[in-house]
Amino acid sequence: MLDATSILPLTVDAVSFSGGGKQLLEPNSFVIPAGGLTVVLGPNGAGKSLTLRLCHGLLNPSRGTVRWADAPGGQHAARRQAKRHAMVFQKPIMLRRSVEANIAHALAASGTAGAERKVRTQQALARFGLAERAAQPARLLSGGEQQRLAIARAWALRPELLFLDEPTSQLDPAATRQIEELLTVLVAEGITVMMSTHDLGQARRLADRVLFLHRGRLVEDAAAASFFAGPQSAEARAFLAGELLW
Amino acid sequence: MEVSAVFQAAFALVVGLDPDFLGIVGLSLRVTLTAVAVAALIGLPLGAALALARFPGRSAIIVCLNALMGLPPVVAGLAVFLMLSRSGPLGPLGLLFTPTAMIIAQVILVLPIVIALTRQVIEDLWGEYRDHLRSVGLEGMRAIPTLLFDGRFSLATALLAGFGRASAEVGAVLIVGGNIAGYTRTMTTAITLETSKGDLPLALGLGIVLLSLTLAINAVAFGASRIGARYAG
Amino acid sequence: MSLIQRRSLIAAGLFLGLAGHALAQAPAAAPPAATAPAGTRFITVASTTSTQDSGLFGHILPIFKAKTGIEVRVISQGTGQALDTGRRGDADVVFVHAKAQELKFVEEGFSTERRPVMYNDFVLIGPKSDPAGVAGSKDIVAALKKIQEKGAPFVSRGDKSGTHSAELNLWKAAGIDIAAQKGPWYREIGQGMGAALNTSGAMGAYVLSDRATWISFKNRGDLVISVEGDKRLFNQYGVMSVSLAKHPHVKFNDGKLFADWLTSPEGQKAIADYKIDGQQLFFPNAGQAGA
Repeated sequence: MLDATSILPLTVDAVSFSGGGKQLLEPNSFVIPAGGLTVVLGPNGAGKSLTLRLCHGLLNPSRGTVRWADAPGGQHAARRQAKRHAMVFQKPIMLRRSVEANIAHALAASGTAGAERKVRTQQALARFGLAERAAQPARLLSGGEQQRLAIARAWALRPELLFLDEPTSQLDPAATRQIEELLTVLVAEGITVMMSTHDLGQARRLADRVLFLHRGRLVEDAAAASFFAGPQSAEARAFLAGELLW
Repeated sequence: MEVSAVFQAAFALVVGLDPDFLGIVGLSLRVTLTAVAVAALIGLPLGAALALARFPGRSAIIVCLNALMGLPPVVAGLAVFLMLSRSGPLGPLGLLFTPTAMIIAQVILVLPIVIALTRQVIEDLWGEYRDHLRSVGLEGMRAIPTLLFDGRFSLATALLAGFGRASAEVGAVLIVGGNIAGYTRTMTTAITLETSKGDLPLALGLGIVLLSLTLAINAVAFGASRIGARYAG
Repeated sequence: MSLIQRRSLIAAGLFLGLAGHALAQAPAAAPPAATAPAGTRFITVASTTSTQDSGLFGHILPIFKAKTGIEVRVISQGTGQALDTGRRGDADVVFVHAKAQELKFVEEGFSTERRPVMYNDFVLIGPKSDPAGVAGSKDIVAALKKIQEKGAPFVSRGDKSGTHSAELNLWKAAGIDIAAQKGPWYREIGQGMGAALNTSGAMGAYVLSDRATWISFKNRGDLVISVEGDKRLFNQYGVMSVSLAKHPHVKFNDGKLFADWLTSPEGQKAIADYKIDGQQLFFPNAGQAGA
């Protein structure tokens, strides 16, 4: 998986974001090294999704920089590295084509040549149990299958770092469980994963490390075990206690 | 005038397979389908570009396009007539009173519809696809082919709307084509002519044939699009 | 973006276009009359609605084509419009019926010669009920006076056509300044002869028509001939080929060939031979002095 030089660590340096005259994200800094699963945790509206989008390059920071492997950051770097990090969204975005064509399209878009494209498409289909569904329209799959296809499509791009924005929030427990198992395997295979969730149980099950956000501010950045054992901030304690946070 | 006479006239036209009549039907379809094809080749990419681009004056362009959808065919015909007349700027081409002139006039009528409806369709689709397409590196105009392809079923409706406008209009083709028998006479100009000759059953019979053709083309396109849309979700 | 998609889009566009062509060519290939193949020798003639709507061209043009191989493409308009089409150089020949306007066309240098071809006559058409009480008269001037006095509905072409200018001359002859004296009974519709007849039928109005259009008109309803046979209802047609001096691109030779043929014994006979229900519609008079 790690061909050539790595794009990691990802360094987020005092990145803030404003929109509509409001400060939506305060200047936050953190580093994502290679390996493991980092959960961006927090209540709704904490800025989790914003943080992932800024890292992936879908948004430009108002202030601060996003750097890959210590190279200067910003949108250009993000685009240059597009092949090396991919993103899966909360509501799967399925093109109006077959399952197979959805994967092939993403590969073509990111510049993978024809022969290689075919090989990787078939690999992805087989790897994620979608081979039988290859010719079916992607939009007619169930929610869980769609999210599985979204992950397969991202995986086919051979990312070092995979962003997932609340990937299971719209799925039933069985489908959620499938996706979680899938992510565990991907991490074991060496893909670095950064995912957001507001589901405390999911964070406990999956996280190696937790970034806890509250009202646009990075309140805690800790190894999962210590975060869950002894949160340092009042906000995190309240969140872990199941209190209503806003 | 009796209703039965109208249907007899329409029936005789269809069953008789009169060569002149077939020539008229063929020319009507050729002119209108060519105009729609040309308008599609220009209008689909242009409409998609307009959906994605942000520049000053964009809103003004959209308002103008929407207004142009209601452009009276006679005005479009007159403009093309003045351009193509021997005394006009494009006179030396010798295109006035030819099927090509009729196609040009109809492209002008259909293009605003195709561009405006394409913009609408693509803008909606872009709203849905934006995150994913940008994520895989399709920014700005590079996203157009994907969006046009995935919007194909909605866009087919836009082209049908254009086809409907072109196949029904008489003002433009009459002015720039001249309604020359066997050369630029279409279904609609033939209807106008028969009306002025007082042969109302024949005129209405032609109208029924035209309506049936339009209905058939719409039904086929609609059916194909529905099946396709169901397939693609 | 994937080539496959781009190709399928282009293919879809091509398909639409080709389907159109295929559909057009299927019938075009079979009957030679339906559509002319490219490279055909043809001329464009601007003529009046009366010659076209009466079916005269449908009768004489095939004879001319068989003899010369020249296809005649007819644009049928009002006389004023047809002359303008010639003035702009969009026609090679003008074949109309309003002598004064024709002579002006020649005077302006758009043609070198105006030649008389044929005549028919105008008739006053009106409803059977005859609200103005003019039916059966042979005096068009007296009839128009009555119509004006009684305010009986009258439809005017109002389109600068030959028939329209003939109608205006008749009002003048009746001593009526129609521009000043017209009332709601006088309805200018700005359309062709057929439309004027349709309108008159629907409104129960009087209307001046050329006889040829009337004979071939099918939607007569309650309309009948009210006045005919007055010398002042004479309707002369003339032909002019557009001059090379004004428009170097016109097909002067072929146009002149057509005008020559119309005024030749053969062309004149073809015109005389055209009949509907045994009635002759046009009377050739090419040789007649002063026509």
